[in-house]
Amino acid sequence: MHTTRRHFFKKTLTLAAYTLSLALPKTSVGNWLASGFSRQAIEPILAELFSGQTLQTSNKIHLKLPKVAENGSVVPITITSSIDNIDTIYILSEKNPVPLIAKFTLAPELETYIGARFKMKETCDVIVIVHADHQYYQIRQKVKVTLGGCGG
Amino acid sequence: MAKVSTIKIRSKRFDDHTLIRTLIAHPMETGRNKNEETGEFIPAHFIQTLTFKHNDKLVSECHMGVGVSKNPFFSFKIKSAKAGDKITISWQDNLGYRDTKEQIIQ
Repeated sequence: MHTTRRHFFKKTLTLAAYTLSLALPKTSVGNWLASGFSRQAIEPILAELFSGQTLQTSNKIHLKLPKVAENGSVVPITITSSIDNIDTIYILSEKNPVPLIAKFTLAPELETYIGARFKMKETCDVIVIVHADHQYYQIRQKVKVTLGGCGG
Repeated sequence: MAKVSTIKIRSKRFDDHTLIRTLIAHPMETGRNKNEETGEFIPAHFIQTLTFKHNDKLVSECHMGVGVSKNPFFSFKIKSAKAGDKITISWQDNLGYRDTKEQIIQ
């Protein structure tokens, strides 16, 4: 009886320490936005990232994005904008299990230009949100995915 | 980490900007894919942060999740860069692996 209980506590403690060691680096690595990159629907993510902010739709953000993506696992995107002083760019895919794809910060030394490749699970809107001069601007574009691409 | 760098950097100078392209060899596993032989989930393994420095000054920091494609590709444009400038690109993933590469603009 004693041994089993001791074993039980020992195992629980080890397991707890192990889970903690797994969980800790994930949240502490270079203040990576663990909560932003969690598995959620799009609305809670937007609410969390941009709480109390209005996301103005702007036609000054230009996306080079295919209308039809044959392979959802590699969707190329190029973002440019004529809005001045953009310091942060967010890419989101509305129906991905993890909607937030990436967040880029841009120093003034860089042009407002980002090229990347990302995955799309299914046909949905791709949302690009930029932050400039304490304002958020967004643009949406629908991408039709013929072959879902979360498989790598 | 590995003997061969996982990072490839290409730079090209234009009249008014310098285009930097980078390709990183990384599986970017979402944690939802199954190993076809064993039927077990392949653990999530993806890059979380990527930093891009120009002459040791941080010019872009990218935070990403599992939504970025396998072997991630990124491109940036520097407004004013000249031959001999140093570009440094580093990444770190959720399992603690990391890599860094420097490149001199030609």
